[in-house]
Amino acid sequence: MVDIPYQEVTGIPPAEVADVELYHPRSWWTRYVFSQDAKVIAVQYSITAMAIGMVALVLSWLMRLQLGFPGTFSFIDPSQYLQFITMHGMIMVIYLLTALFLGGFGNYLIPLMVGARDMVFPYVNMLSYWVYLLAVIVLAATFFVPGGPTGAGWTLYPPQAILSGTPGQDWGIVLMLASLILFIIGFTMGGLNYVVTVLQARTRGMTLMRLPLTVWGIFTATVMALLAFPALFVASVMLLLDRLLGTSFFMPTLVEMGQQLKYGGGSPILFQHLFWFFGHPEVYIVALPAFGIISDLISVHARKNIFGYRMMVWAIVAIGALSFVVWAHHMYVSGMHPYFGFFFATTTLIIAIPTAIKVYNWVLTLWRGDIHLTVPMLYALAFIITFVNGGLTGLFLGNVVVDVPLSDTMFVVAHFHMVMGIAPIMAVFGGIYHWYPKVTGRMLNEALGKFHFWVTFLGAYAIFFPMHYLGLLGVPRRYHDIGETAFIPASAHDLNAFMSVAALIVGFAQLVFVFNMIWSLMKGKEAGGNPWGATSLEWQTPETPPGHGNWGKELPVVYRWAYDYSVPGATRDFVPQNEPPAGLMAQGVHP
Amino acid sequence: MAVAIILLLVAVASVLFHIYSPWWWTPIASNWRYIDDTINITFWITGAVFFAVIAFMAYCVFRFHHKEGRRAAYNPENKKLEWWLSIGTGIGVAAMLAPGLIVWHQFVTVPADATEVEVMGQQWQWSYRLPGKDGRLGTSDARHVSSENPMGLNLDDPYGKDDVVIQDDLHLPVGKPVKVLLRSIDVLHDFYVPEFRAKMDMIPGAVTYFWFTPTRTGTFEVLCAELCGVAHAQMRSKVIVQEEREYHAWLEKQRTFAELSEQRGVAKAAYKADSE
Repeated sequence: MVDIPYQEVTGIPPAEVADVELYHPRSWWTRYVFSQDAKVIAVQYSITAMAIGMVALVLSWLMRLQLGFPGTFSFIDPSQYLQFITMHGMIMVIYLLTALFLGGFGNYLIPLMVGARDMVFPYVNMLSYWVYLLAVIVLAATFFVPGGPTGAGWTLYPPQAILSGTPGQDWGIVLMLASLILFIIGFTMGGLNYVVTVLQARTRGMTLMRLPLTVWGIFTATVMALLAFPALFVASVMLLLDRLLGTSFFMPTLVEMGQQLKYGGGSPILFQHLFWFFGHPEVYIVALPAFGIISDLISVHARKNIFGYRMMVWAIVAIGALSFVVWAHHMYVSGMHPYFGFFFATTTLIIAIPTAIKVYNWVLTLWRGDIHLTVPMLYALAFIITFVNGGLTGLFLGNVVVDVPLSDTMFVVAHFHMVMGIAPIMAVFGGIYHWYPKVTGRMLNEALGKFHFWVTFLGAYAIFFPMHYLGLLGVPRRYHDIGETAFIPASAHDLNAFMSVAALIVGFAQLVFVFNMIWSLMKGKEAGGNPWGATSLEWQTPETPPGHGNWGKELPVVYRWAYDYSVPGATRDFVPQNEPPAGLMAQGVHP
Repeated sequence: MAVAIILLLVAVASVLFHIYSPWWWTPIASNWRYIDDTINITFWITGAVFFAVIAFMAYCVFRFHHKEGRRAAYNPENKKLEWWLSIGTGIGVAAMLAPGLIVWHQFVTVPADATEVEVMGQQWQWSYRLPGKDGRLGTSDARHVSSENPMGLNLDDPYGKDDVVIQDDLHLPVGKPVKVLLRSIDVLHDFYVPEFRAKMDMIPGAVTYFWFTPTRTGTFEVLCAELCGVAHAQMRSKVIVQEEREYHAWLEKQRTFAELSEQRGVAKAAYKADSE
């Protein structure tokens, strides 16, 4: 008989770690503002991330207005366009998605899902949020400094990032780098917490192979982030030194506008290696939590165990490991040694295999399920479509020679928006509709939710699917205006206008979501403790929303994996992780 | 039901869009037809996978959506199925990677008879240089750049004297392989002609390259494909591919570096004499 994860244990394992001594808040300030409770910190992280995300959304409107109707909006000049794309990208990737998945979902779900009372280092966890907030404030400040924010592109490639031909050379780039450094410091404090909590604070019976996949995704992503962000950290520090003190880490001898500058001997391509050593794992830092969340949403709302749980876990771990040896596929046309192409194309295409396994297992989970088309389930389905689409176009760009004509075109923009913009946002929305009842005790309005879903999903698909074909045609990215270019037909301008209108509509639909979040807080239907009939521990708390310390007097004891849905012979179609097996009940060994 | 149909429609619409899209790659003007072929193979394989996954999903939603009394199957794993799917995926991936790597090998192997052409980028213009009668380009360095020597040629290098400095668009003979040497004196740029399919970044302090053979005559637009500052989108030029005879007629009219320096020297001396 093989050891299968869904096998029930017959005894209760001993506690691995003693119950923690919690910090007890004494005032309103320490309860809601300088709180050390992971649940409050999660909400703080989420609201801050979504607030700065709204800024990035507005920036995307401005970009689309310019691209769809070039010359119509006189208030957008080429410098501003570059500033918009830079800030949009940076905010969305780092300050919204990374912060929301790890700081938001991670903080809320890890302690609850592993059966802990809180994160293991609550004070450091609190500091993590406040440093993150400072990073966001420094970032937002660049909009108000002389010269405005940097327009170097989110990749911040030197030399142009710190030279005067790029907007924001005075203050923008300096504050941008400072903000990144702060973000990484803040993240490291939070990240250590998430990792140690998963490893050390799981409750009795919660073995690693019984963790919900959401925890596996966030945990692996955090480990990766702790290894990848230091590369960005040193790159930021060195670039800041180049800019402020005139060092030449990344700056060779160069002539700017006829003037010889005092730089010499540095390597611009070194920055690219450091940036992408961070930047590629970053893609999976955003994707793995989404993978985990989607796995759980599909399982809960299809009332079926996730198919191939062990394969899913190993796929997450394999993707996490492989993602550290593929970074230079962002640099096929960077001028690095061409023989690197053979290695990086091979590793990149190998990573498609564990990723494909995940997709198969999601759709096989739907097979012979009992699919409830709730809003979280709709988002999960949309995630699969957009992720499969974006993942498959990754096979074009990862295959070195195919990348040559497509790199730096709109094909790349369409690809990464589909795979790490739209798909993870689908997971974010699905996750919010799913866990909002636990966080607030009330359901989000379903009609508004469905409206929000259809407009967002179909609208976003209508923006980014056709965009690939502009790239195939050869339209370069980061052009504020493609202008009079011989090979670009007039119809390409019409397509741009169409995508811009779709982008405006999708943007406005987000207001419906914001309204729903606020309105449901007061007027939403009472949710009860476990509205979806889910098995994982966060739905089994004695109070909803969970109280201070999560579990009342006794920590829960776990007897089974998180996917006992529709178990043959069981009375209900789900069996919570902390429900003792019938045999134990009969013997009266209930703890 | 409605959801299943919409999901299927998304897949069908995507395929139809692909087939009927008026936006498609530019007519090729170089030997890199293999790249286009590899893209086509990739479109076929990925398109089939995309359609199959979405159609399967739509069917599941149609067939297994919640009804009163339905209960899901309990089906934790199926080793055999998982292995077959993994192996199948591996084969599909190999079918795309193998031709890709073979073509890449050609891409990075410059033919011995390729003639060299230098492209230099700076904010926000292109300059070109051809080797002179000696067939060799002289060395250069950003350190030597001045108003008299805008491309930064090394004045002590005898190979540089007869280099042809082109002050307008680049002309190339059709059917002859070219090794394009790329350099920049300020920031990153990228020499990009969509019809040639090949492109490569230009890095200050280094010389990068790619090679190709122009296969048809015509005028092709040069764009910069690596963000290089505020006028990135305006950094344009042209490459004119001509028959050998016309090309040589054009080449005859071009000036060498030595001639241009002399001319500049004379002009400068005259200016000095006037002002004294």
